Amino acid sequence: MAEPLITLESLRYEAGERTLIHDVSLRLDAGRRTVVLGPNGAGKSVLMRLMHGLIEPTAGRIVWNGGGARPPQAMVFQRPVMLRRSVLDNVSYALYLAGVPAAERRARAEAVLERVGLSPLAHRPARVLSGGEQQRVALARAWALRPRVLFLDEPTASLDPGASAEVERLIRVIADDGCSIVMVTHHLGQARRLADDIVFVDAGRITEHTPVADFFAAPRSEQAGHYLRGELSWT
Amino acid sequence: MSTITESFLTAGQLIAEADGKLLSIVGLSLQVSLTAVFLAACLGLPIGAAVAVGRFPGRKPLTVILNGMMGLPPVVIGLLVYLLLSRAGPLGPLGLLFTPTAMVIAQVVLITPIIAALSRQIVADAWRDYEEQLRSLGASTPRAALTLLVDTRFSLSTAVLAGLGRAVAEVGAVMIVGGNIDGVTRVMTTSIALETSKGDLPLALALGFILISIVLILNALAHALREWAARRHG
Ligand SMILES: Nc1ncnc2c1ncn2[C@@H]1O[C@H](COP(=O)(O)OP(=O)(O)OP(=O)(O)O)[C@@H](O)[C@H]1O
Ligand SMILES: [Mg+2]
Repeated sequence: MAEPLITLESLRYEAGERTLIHDVSLRLDAGRRTVVLGPNGAGKSVLMRLMHGLIEPTAGRIVWNGGGARPPQAMVFQRPVMLRRSVLDNVSYALYLAGVPAAERRARAEAVLERVGLSPLAHRPARVLSGGEQQRVALARAWALRPRVLFLDEPTASLDPGASAEVERLIRVIADDGCSIVMVTHHLGQARRLADDIVFVDAGRITEHTPVADFFAAPRSEQAGHYLRGELSWT
Repeated sequence: MSTITESFLTAGQLIAEADGKLLSIVGLSLQVSLTAVFLAACLGLPIGAAVAVGRFPGRKPLTVILNGMMGLPPVVIGLLVYLLLSRAGPLGPLGLLFTPTAMVIAQVVLITPIIAALSRQIVADAWRDYEEQLRSLGASTPRAALTLLVDTRFSLSTAVLAGLGRAVAEVGAVMIVGGNIDGVTRVMTTSIALETSKGDLPLALALGFILISIVLILNALAHALREWAARRHG
């Protein structure tokens, strides 16, 4: 029944001598919220970059929509990159690159800033905002593009609890628009709340791809078990 | 001793009175160097951005050459432009030798590599931070280069000011291709050299003082701009 969104076929990525991603195969279905978990340095960000097409795999291939066109997509990076212009212009610039006609850009940018609660900051220079504010601008900028797939690399890493909850709510809204979500996080609570499925990455390999309830009840892979026990013992 | 003191006093007087000869020399200097810097920026900024962002064969050696050309001795550039413009040279028929235009050409050759090399460094540093974001947003390479030029505009303007500083203070190249003709191609640096050797210290001193002021002001301007931009735009 489920439509495939993206299929990774024996994807491998090497940087110099090191193999960062080891022949990974994975299929994510359309319309799902997938959360990628794994320890620091496991290769989560590299995997997202591969899927988003920012880096070319050394071997293997990526198939979109079971062999169709690459859907419109956006990514919110672990460290947001803002241009030296206003918040509004940062969003408009993304729309410009996406080919949105000049007449529509401003209204669309303003609307999306409104929806993420950033209207008061619209005319402030983007690079002097706080880290958390910049991360929300990055989310707004990505959302403005109306992607069908949204990649999020630790989008709440530097947010306070209130802002985190707000971003989680927005991600849910975006997903409800029919956008597939692939997100990396280190917050297990957030993973539990947001995910339909969990992908667990360890040392450049995917050790499991499990529905969220099953994952937290009883992870299938030994690595994920260790990770959960280690993480949970802190809380 | 007293002649030196006198020279300083006369120099001060020349400046205070806005001496006509002094002004025309300073005016020509600024006109030549500002024109040269404008043209060099039009060439150097795109070259710097292209080398920083582009993916073409020979990019590494080009970077090395650009950086090396920053240190070219002005006299040698003057000599090369002289050969180019001299009556027997390929551009001889244009009759440009010993005109302000010749001096502009020489200074463009001198400072284009400086602006290109500095802007390459600035844009390359920004590109390292922005590349993935810009490519994620679907920017083509030329579009990305343009965006980076706009985004690093404050740092780039200090590179351009550095080029201007080098141009107004340079003597070797303009001396050779300009010929230091009174009232036609005499600029601050060449006048200082000539007047000093003739023993007319007041004019030389007055020009020297103005030249130093210009260079200091340019540097202060560059510094202030950087500070302001960092505070305003991060
Ligand atoms: N371009 C690269 N060249 C060499 N090594 C790299 C490169 N990019 C990433 N790595 C290495 O690959 C490994 C995985 O990096 P990655 O950023 O994917 O980790 P991560 O799972 O996202 O970790 P974190 O949770 O800390 O964000 C790390 O050891 C990193 O040093
Ligand atoms: Mg990461």
